[in-house]
Amino acid sequence: MSTVAPPVPAPRRRRKSTKLKRRQTRLAWALLVPSLAVVAVVALYPLGKTVFQSFTDEEFLALNPVSWVGLENYKDLWNDTVFRDSIWTTLKFTVITVAFEFVLGLAIALIVNSSFKGRGVMRAVMLVPWAIPTVVAAQMWKSMLQSNGVISDAGVRLHILSEPHAWIADPSTALAAVCAVDIWKTTPFVALLLLAGLQVIPHDLYEASEVDGAKPLQQFWKITLPLLWPAIFVTLIFRTLDALRVFDVFYVFFGNRLGTQSMAIYAQSTIVGDGYVGYGAAISMAIFVVIALFVIIYLTFQRVAMR
Amino acid sequence: MSTASEAARPVIRPVSRSRVFWRSPLGRSLKRVPFYLLVIVVFVYALFPFAWALRCAFTPEGDLFSSPLQYIPDSPTLDNFKQAFQAEFFRKALLNSALVAGGVTLLSLAIGSLAAFALGRFHFRGRSLVMYLMLSMTMFPSIAILGALYTMISGFSLGPIDFPNIYDTLFSLLFTYLIFTLPFTIWVLTSFMEALPGDLEEAAYVDGATPFQVFYKVLLPLLLPGLVTTGLLAFIAAWNEYLFALSFIQDPDKYTVPIAITSFVGESGSAFQQPWGTIMAATIIITVPLVALVLIFQRYILAGLTAGAVKG
Repeated sequence: MSTVAPPVPAPRRRRKSTKLKRRQTRLAWALLVPSLAVVAVVALYPLGKTVFQSFTDEEFLALNPVSWVGLENYKDLWNDTVFRDSIWTTLKFTVITVAFEFVLGLAIALIVNSSFKGRGVMRAVMLVPWAIPTVVAAQMWKSMLQSNGVISDAGVRLHILSEPHAWIADPSTALAAVCAVDIWKTTPFVALLLLAGLQVIPHDLYEASEVDGAKPLQQFWKITLPLLWPAIFVTLIFRTLDALRVFDVFYVFFGNRLGTQSMAIYAQSTIVGDGYVGYGAAISMAIFVVIALFVIIYLTFQRVAMR
Repeated sequence: MSTASEAARPVIRPVSRSRVFWRSPLGRSLKRVPFYLLVIVVFVYALFPFAWALRCAFTPEGDLFSSPLQYIPDSPTLDNFKQAFQAEFFRKALLNSALVAGGVTLLSLAIGSLAAFALGRFHFRGRSLVMYLMLSMTMFPSIAILGALYTMISGFSLGPIDFPNIYDTLFSLLFTYLIFTLPFTIWVLTSFMEALPGDLEEAAYVDGATPFQVFYKVLLPLLLPGLVTTGLLAFIAAWNEYLFALSFIQDPDKYTVPIAITSFVGESGSAFQQPWGTIMAATIIITVPLVALVLIFQRYILAGLTAGAVKG
């Protein structure tokens, strides 16, 4: 929040200041040129190219010339059961991870926000899973989730499991295994974002409500949650968009294994593995639409909730 | 909420014995036991995978999955670390990742701070449009343009400018990583720029400084914390990137760290027989510097994370 009051322009200087303003505008755009050029080349141009490619039969390093096929790719995609499976897998992954990360993250944020000894250490510890590469986290969990790994062993010793279990290889637990890694890696990050929101809530509100005899649970529902809503909203939308394009964990755990592909895995293996750039572009566009749908759902929900 | 009968009771009433106990120092600390238990559970959940990675890294390859499982290795060894460092591609990957992540961070900071100067200190038409463009870019799914980039890095022409073939070189990563580092850098640096006080800058202008002098001599030094924060976050993002590196790099000499960590093969040479001891040693080698970095700069990182998120 800026506390500096805007200078009141003296009437005589006005003409000079508009000239200055024009010069400033020109300078501002000049400063923006490198950034805008980079964004245009690395993001906007490829986006346009992807849209174009999705209507062609382009193949990587193919000798035959690229030809326009119209909506052919999209028709194929509509009947592509592998892609349909990958959408389902990704949606399930997104709902499970975002729900767990939000509930756990909020709990952790509330713990850390209440002052206790070792709070600073806790906050630093929470940053660590976020900082290490997802691939590294996935490898650590992959070794733990082997049928002869520590999770099976501890489960058998504690009599939770009757026998060792191959968590990743068994299709019925594969999704849960992937979710476990993502929840482990991302919950601290969610907690940190929510914690930042919690720390902005003025403390007097709690004191005043305490004087009025409010119970902690009432305080949570009537003060914390409504005032935390902006932070919650931003966190959920960020996490959802992230989860929808998940790639790293799925690739480390399953490669291109059928039945356990996320949307991004299917797109990558089509483009890079098979070299079908045209069809892959159509998949990319479909992913884009799914993500856009979620953004629209969130924004609509936000508008309704605000009323 | 108190009922009328409760309110009518005399204010001074005998306090029950249990209440006295819970208010005593011992009782007060006992009351917090469940709370600290919860904290411990969180700590274990967060740290156990690291502890296990450490255990695996120091356990001889043959004992890793022996049953019963050794929770603490009987005969700890440094062999796994030796194995990891003996792999040439892993050593090179550390260097490659440092080069790519460092390069792309410096590039983003150099270009991005200019843009942040414009967006944070000037008011002009189209400013909010540019801000929205940058914000939407930070949420851009990179998978959506993978195909286009894949064909572009094998050389393409944009009007009069010809881009060379950079497939299977580190330049392909330097180029494509800008998609996620630059808009993010601009967004966060702009919020830092906006927070700077205006007086110093005005004084410099009054003394006849040019905008560029103001930028270099006045604003940039003040922006240093913001640069550190943004640089760290951009570096970590680039260091951790997997999708582009996996798609654009084939030569083991040019692997980055995330690729290398999945490329260890055991003595049998089969991809299904992963040498977990070596992999976990490599994991530790990668994680320790990152943990140190995070612990040293945690204040800066938190500032950047929240600046990027709360504003968004």
